[in-house]
Amino acid sequence: MLVKQTTKIIAILVFLMTSVSAFAISGVPDDQHQEGGGDKVDTPEEIKAYISHHLKDSHDFHLYTNHETGTHVGFPLPVIVWTSEGLKTFMSSEFHHDDNGQVIVNKDGVQLTKIHSKIYELAPGADAVVFDDHHHAENAHKVLDFSITKSVFGMLLTGILMLLGFVALAKGYKKGAIPTGFSRVLEPLVIYVRDEIARPNIGEKKYKKFMSFLLTVFFFIWILNLLGLTPLGFNVTGQIAVTTCLAIFTVVIYLFSGTKDFWGHTLWMPGVPYILRPILAVIELIGFVVIKPFSLLVRLFANITAGHFVVMTLIALMITMKEAFGPAVSTGMSLVLSLFIMVIEILVAFLQAFIFTMLSSLFIGMAVEEHDHH
Amino acid sequence: MDQLLNDFSPGLFFMQAILLLILIVLMKKFAWKPILEALQTREDGIKDALDAAQNAKLELENLQADNEKLLQEARMERETLLKDARDIKAKMIEEAKDEAETQANKMIEQAQVAIESEKKSAMVELKKQVADLSLEIAEKVVRTELSSKDKQLELVETMLAEKSLN
Repeated sequence: MLVKQTTKIIAILVFLMTSVSAFAISGVPDDQHQEGGGDKVDTPEEIKAYISHHLKDSHDFHLYTNHETGTHVGFPLPVIVWTSEGLKTFMSSEFHHDDNGQVIVNKDGVQLTKIHSKIYELAPGADAVVFDDHHHAENAHKVLDFSITKSVFGMLLTGILMLLGFVALAKGYKKGAIPTGFSRVLEPLVIYVRDEIARPNIGEKKYKKFMSFLLTVFFFIWILNLLGLTPLGFNVTGQIAVTTCLAIFTVVIYLFSGTKDFWGHTLWMPGVPYILRPILAVIELIGFVVIKPFSLLVRLFANITAGHFVVMTLIALMITMKEAFGPAVSTGMSLVLSLFIMVIEILVAFLQAFIFTMLSSLFIGMAVEEHDHH
Repeated sequence: MDQLLNDFSPGLFFMQAILLLILIVLMKKFAWKPILEALQTREDGIKDALDAAQNAKLELENLQADNEKLLQEARMERETLLKDARDIKAKMIEEAKDEAETQANKMIEQAQVAIESEKKSAMVELKKQVADLSLEIAEKVVRTELSSKDKQLELVETMLAEKSLN
């Protein structure tokens, strides 16, 4: 058992190492590197740009850049875009790490370029991007981007990790009622979600139907939050599209499982004057359809984005404070502060997963509640 | 807000929706369902075992209570038996006493009656004896008295005198 696990871990490590080093070897010296102009990220503006770049999704898995040789370490990810000429796929390495619309990829007559982590299609006939005063592209428009971006890659990784872990737990029960090894860690978490989140909020009778969603979402968010704290630099749950999707899942589930009582209370609130009922119905509807999911998606997005921002800013302190305090003090300060925030972030990673699942089950609980008839 | 809308990627949203849906389905089939079922079975098993233990304990307590009750009953029965016996004993003694007394009284009475009748018969006998004796004596006396003529006359005279005196 132990041997098997050790081999598994080694296999993963080897996979990560080789993929990184393979790309490092094949890494092309990048002549067109912009903004920093090929030098280190060491001015406040560059740090700000670096952080905002990190907070966005990206089309390649970038670990770090050696600015002296101009070598990027990481690996490219597939780009899948829906253009005016149909679906186009290629590897992100074709952009050569350009993120400013300088490199134009021609795919069967479609001119594609990448500006601030978004892929644009140039207007027919254009061969360079023209920017206006606000640095918006004038002669290009965004395309539907189904690429395996870093976030999608992170989600796939999370999904695989979850499947590995929990299928092992599920199989463990065939051998005996008490799980062994790592499953012993996972089991209390599953029980925690069931007994502390789903059961009290949804109710003993109906919670079972929603367990798959709640458990999946809880572990999905938690693992992604934790992945975001690793040096791999994922920021999946800090992508507003991801949190929106999660929130919409919750909304769809609770709206579709709403009982007659729920709709009765929402649309025609008993016990209040008739003249107020339509007004209350509008308020309740907006609450359930817009405000609740919005609070869900913004809470998760803002917490994780802010966390990444703060951690990166604190790490950058060792550069920004070097002038004032000298390298030793600024590095020490940065280390202590970022360690402190990092510990809090580990807590936040769990807390946000918990809150999202908790509120989801609370809303589902509201929708499936059977009221006593007054 | 503008920044947020600009950052929103429909493609990523779509990918996320598909992936999450697939993940939920896969996890449900291969992980959550068996896990939750196994947990439920285990918990039911534990609950049943606990209930059984509780029942056994209750049964034992009931048994003990029954034993206690039986013991109590036996004790009470002994108590009543002893009391009854004591009562009977006292009653018997009392009865015997009464019986003896009446018997004694009766015997005394009988004895007295017997004594009385004996006394009477004795008296009668005595009287008879005395009468016989007197008669004999009187005969003897008369015989001697009447042996001579004088004496006979004297006697007649005396007797006559006595008669007249009367």
